[in-house]
Amino acid sequence: MRKRKQKDGKKGIASAFRKASKSFATSLPIMLSVILVVGLFRTFVSNRMLSAVFSGEVLRDTVIGALIGSISAGNPVNSYIIGGELVKENVSLIAITSFLVAWVTVGIVQFPAEATILGRRFACVRNILGYILAILVSIATVNTLGMIQ
Amino acid sequence: MKQKAVSQDRVKERKGAPYHGVYFLGLVVFVYSLLFLFQPEKIKLSLKISTDVLLQILPSLLLIILLMGIMNYFVNPETVSKYVGKGSGIKGWLLAIFTGILSHGPVYVWYPLLKDLRNQGMKSGLIAAFLYSRAIKIPLLPLMFYNFGIPFVVILICYIVVASIVQGWVIQMAEKQVLLQT
Repeated sequence: MRKRKQKDGKKGIASAFRKASKSFATSLPIMLSVILVVGLFRTFVSNRMLSAVFSGEVLRDTVIGALIGSISAGNPVNSYIIGGELVKENVSLIAITSFLVAWVTVGIVQFPAEATILGRRFACVRNILGYILAILVSIATVNTLGMIQ
Repeated sequence: MKQKAVSQDRVKERKGAPYHGVYFLGLVVFVYSLLFLFQPEKIKLSLKISTDVLLQILPSLLLIILLMGIMNYFVNPETVSKYVGKGSGIKGWLLAIFTGILSHGPVYVWYPLLKDLRNQGMKSGLIAAFLYSRAIKIPLLPLMFYNFGIPFVVILICYIVVASIVQGWVIQMAEKQVLLQT
């Protein structure tokens, strides 16, 4: 009786992992695509190119900062490094913040994967909302900081 | 009737999903091949970067498969519903935000697990909150403190948590609205 239970348990675990691997395998092509696009992005778009977009006009820079953050891909460490350089170049902190927040909350490069796996409608609403929130969060953060300091 | 239409849409979406991935992969491979004709060195570099990324995220991928397997074995729709489903309340929001902050690796490796959880009853709003709160990267905080100062980072983190709740709530409302309209 106990042996049978153990056998059933092992079968259950095996089937659970088989199901997980299958589910994961269906997402693999789209994930590989995203990884390949990240490779292209990092080769063809340099940090200097991203920094050059900022002009010094706060509103324009904030909107563009969020846009550049949204289309950028890769480790957020890069965004902090670029952000640090932009601080030295006296770019508005609101623009830098919108860039930093959009980098990690909006994913244009990852969008095909998100839409395929989690649904197109979900991905559209989430990313559009993420873009708007990146701007709002940056304004709120910098204004709060200004009030405190 | 309405619910049936929605579920048929979801089935369609699930059936079509793997092919979308393959088509997109085909498109990316085509772009690589095309660019290789003009800039072979840059394409080789892109491939090297992509391979490095893949190797870097490999442990995360294995962790996700492990988590999915464990979840399939131990977690049932009732448990999911209790902790991150309709009846989860504030506990669900806290769980989504904290696990989002603690999660690591690229965001796309988490999509399959989130899809499985949603199929078992996780609210879309909590998925959005999880994804948004991933903006807080604990291991990278020292670098942020160094570049932008502690007060800025603390305020930013607070607003990110608020924004993750706002985003989750709006998505939750939008989903309800869509269900009512369909």
